[in-house]
Amino acid sequence: MDKKTKAIVFDPLSDNNPITVQMLGICSALAVTAQLNTAFIMSIAVIVVLCASNTIISLMRHHIPPKIRMIVEMVVIASLVITVDQVLKAYAFEASKQLSVFVGLIITNCIVMGRAEAFAMQNPPRQAFMDGLGNGLGYSAILIIVGTFRELIGAGTLFGARVLPESYDGNGLMVIAPGAFIIIGLIIWLQRTITGKYEEA
Amino acid sequence: MTEYIDIFVRAIFVNNMILAYFLGMCSFLALSKKVDTAFGLGLAVVFVLGITTPLNNIIFNLLLKDNTLVQGVDLSFLNFLCFIAVIASTVQLLEMLLDRFFPPLYNSLGIFLPLITVNCSILGGSLFMVERDYNFGQSMAFGFGSGMGFFLAIIALAGIRHKLRYSNIPDGLRGLGITFILTGLMALGFQAFASVTLQAP
Repeated sequence: MDKKTKAIVFDPLSDNNPITVQMLGICSALAVTAQLNTAFIMSIAVIVVLCASNTIISLMRHHIPPKIRMIVEMVVIASLVITVDQVLKAYAFEASKQLSVFVGLIITNCIVMGRAEAFAMQNPPRQAFMDGLGNGLGYSAILIIVGTFRELIGAGTLFGARVLPESYDGNGLMVIAPGAFIIIGLIIWLQRTITGKYEEA
Repeated sequence: MTEYIDIFVRAIFVNNMILAYFLGMCSFLALSKKVDTAFGLGLAVVFVLGITTPLNNIIFNLLLKDNTLVQGVDLSFLNFLCFIAVIASTVQLLEMLLDRFFPPLYNSLGIFLPLITVNCSILGGSLFMVERDYNFGQSMAFGFGSGMGFFLAIIALAGIRHKLRYSNIPDGLRGLGITFILTGLMALGFQAFASVTLQAP
């Protein structure tokens, strides 16, 4: 792997993370992280959609008229999401029930649209695929971290298996919505302190 | 009648789009720096959500549902594609109508209307409508109520962030980080409404 490809894949993991730095795709990141299991499945779904949509849009980039490019991108993404949704319903029905509407909401997940607009429209398919992979992994990293904390503190389990002793009651705050907001706020604080990239308020 | 009021009130306070389901976070965070922009976006969301949810309800129940268009054909897997197309075209249509007949309103909504197409809460409204099997009247109450919930939350956050400009926040927490924690605390406050119900037991 040459240097440039490496940068494309690894930059979004921390320095240019889609969630904490680019502020994209926050909606679904918070909603599916009450359990590690759903967070994991959601991550895979987003990586698949992101890689595929980036590749397809990059392949078509010379043939899309600029005026209707949004609609074309939307159709490509929506078709991919339908495919993922159907596959999940067929092979992981329980999980797809738990994810409920959030699989469908990958369509309006700003990461997919944002990367298609910002990267895939200008770059060849191989790099676009790598960019999709990198951003998907960056998104997954945050999802898994948030999911780990929420499930561990909220219920004392990881992937449904007990980790903390039976006597641990679980902290209800982590399971409900506010816990997710606060955890992600703290992660952003930590990350910014480490990288030293501050935002002007 | 109480049924509709119940759905409406619950959509605003208990099942708040942002504070309970995390939908529409991207624009919620990006456009809540000033109260007037927050007001414009909130108004646009109320409009579009109030119109598209019932509209998608008609389309889903008359065209896509099992055995409705053609006997024995289930088109419900096409729902994502149809909903997003309906939303995009409604937004476009609304923009043209407002521009022609209500110029002051058009000017105040301004750039927010086109942005709404990719706002997760709009598509989320339609998907929740399908999942909960609402009829036409219910989906109207739900769409409008969810819009009001979004409006309320974004105005509240914009007000707090306005005050926040004069406070001394740790460097790393400035901007996105503190906003997340604030939203978490707001969500915690909204949890107090969780037991609200108007429906007779």
